[in-house]
Amino acid sequence: MPRAMNVVPSRGSRIILALLPFLLIALVYVIGSAERRAANPDDKLLPPVSEMVATTKRLAAEPDRRSGEYVLWADTAASLQRLALGLGISALVGLVLGLAIGLLPVAGASFGTLVAVLSMIPPMAVLPILFIVFGLGELSKVVLIIIGVTPMLVRDLSLEVGSMPREQLIKAQTLGGSTWQVAIRVALPQIMPRLIKCMRLMIGPAFLFLISAEAIAADVGLGYRIFLVRRYLSMDVILPYVAWITLLAYLFDLALVFIGRRAFPWAYEQEARR
Amino acid sequence: MSTLSFRNIWVEYGDQIVLERINLEIASGTFLSIVGPSGAGKSTFLRLILGQEKPSQGTVLLDGKPFPAEPGPDRGIVFQRYSVFPHLTVLGNVLLGYEFAERRLTARLLGEPRRKAVEQSLALIEAVGLGPHRDKYPSALSGGMQQRLAIAQALAKRPRVLLLDEPFGALDPGTRAQMHALIKPLWRDLKMTIVMVTHDIKEAFGLATRLIALDRVRRDPQAPERFGARITYDLDLTRDGAVPVLGFIRAEAEARS
Ligand SMILES: Nc1ncnc2c1ncn2[C@@H]1O[C@H](COP(=O)(O)OP(=O)(O)OP(=O)(O)O)[C@@H](O)[C@H]1O
Ligand SMILES: [Mg+2]
Repeated sequence: MPRAMNVVPSRGSRIILALLPFLLIALVYVIGSAERRAANPDDKLLPPVSEMVATTKRLAAEPDRRSGEYVLWADTAASLQRLALGLGISALVGLVLGLAIGLLPVAGASFGTLVAVLSMIPPMAVLPILFIVFGLGELSKVVLIIIGVTPMLVRDLSLEVGSMPREQLIKAQTLGGSTWQVAIRVALPQIMPRLIKCMRLMIGPAFLFLISAEAIAADVGLGYRIFLVRRYLSMDVILPYVAWITLLAYLFDLALVFIGRRAFPWAYEQEARR
Repeated sequence: MSTLSFRNIWVEYGDQIVLERINLEIASGTFLSIVGPSGAGKSTFLRLILGQEKPSQGTVLLDGKPFPAEPGPDRGIVFQRYSVFPHLTVLGNVLLGYEFAERRLTARLLGEPRRKAVEQSLALIEAVGLGPHRDKYPSALSGGMQQRLAIAQALAKRPRVLLLDEPFGALDPGTRAQMHALIKPLWRDLKMTIVMVTHDIKEAFGLATRLIALDRVRRDPQAPERFGARITYDLDLTRDGAVPVLGFIRAEAEARS
């Protein structure tokens, strides 16, 4: 009998093992839902799967009576746009500031501490300020994501630049590289895999900020919808929405892994060797 | 031409004196080996030439002129590790030097200029025996291959001075012998000045035309940082037997008087 730590599942059984917990959870839900319905036909807490499917179909495939929009898609598009803008701008700012702080001692001396302090501000605490300054429109939601995500990105990326072997920066200079050239050809590409990793970790917080902002002030969006129907205890909307958000986040994560492996094969080659 | 002159150099880190009273002329085209115990200041000595470090006293001159106090393309270097860029292929690593020189803003070559630079880079890659591996990333190369790549990369800039800091320290004896067979003809053909730090005395004698040893001559057991290392041996290896270099003795005598 081999030790438990040496028992490795085969490819096929790996898939089954991965699906098993999901099936279990689904089973428990179905049983629980049926039981509650049997006790109280008006139960709202655990709607049966059929009801959720019907609701989802209505939200996704039938135009809304008042606005004429397909609600699920309108919400998804609005939320994804905010998320993409927020994360995209954060990544850009993170790269630029991270490079500057990590590579230029003067920038590090003047902004390093500032960023460290800024990253301690709880973003939700400044949300009212954002609403006051930027109004209730798109901007304040995007800015909340940026404020929540960027400081950590800047810190992490500047540390990553700082942890590059000094030898490499010296070598680049002996090859005639200027500060700018070293930044874009030596430092930038080497922190890109790290950026991908950070973005993967930041998907969760980004969604948190997005949904919070939408819950408080919005007229369309995934978070807005959930908090809107909460008043009617519409679990048949909330649960599919939560599942949909989770699926989206999971797909982003997969996409980032894929992009990272495709664009920076050298980083993963090194990892595989370790 | 590339004569390096050290005039009464002192290097200190805070209270610690690392190098003291270094007087040395390195003639153009010399292959100089530096030996000495760990912590003697051999790497510090190279950093002086590199411009990465400023002496606390004295001046270093290249062809009689002070040079900018930062690394530049006239002085190439191969470190013991981390000399190549992990995110570039073998070809990309060598190409980078040309791209830096020809495109100030983008540091990327395209089209015809790129084809020319690739040709030159490939010639260097062939010269160090990495031809078949041109599209591999450094993580897929052995230690010896990475060092050969680092040398090819440095040679692309045709540096007047090539600095080697224990470049073959991590290699097995067989690979090391290969590297020796590689570097000597390159040095002869390109007429560079080479300064090589090594812990391998045989290597030092085998390759160099001149050898210096750095070590502390005075010691204070209570405060080891009070005295720095000096040049304790300076041998001309181009004659039949190793012969002390005259200038060294004169400099020492001057220093003593
Ligand atoms: N940046 C620095 N700050 C303070 N001390 C330093 C610094 N760099 C080197 N030293 C000191 O200078 C001394 C010489 O260092 P150096 O690296 O030149 O030695 P070395 O001869 O190259 O040794 P090794 O053979 O181990 O590489 C050491 O005692 C080291 O502690
Ligand atoms: Mg050293």
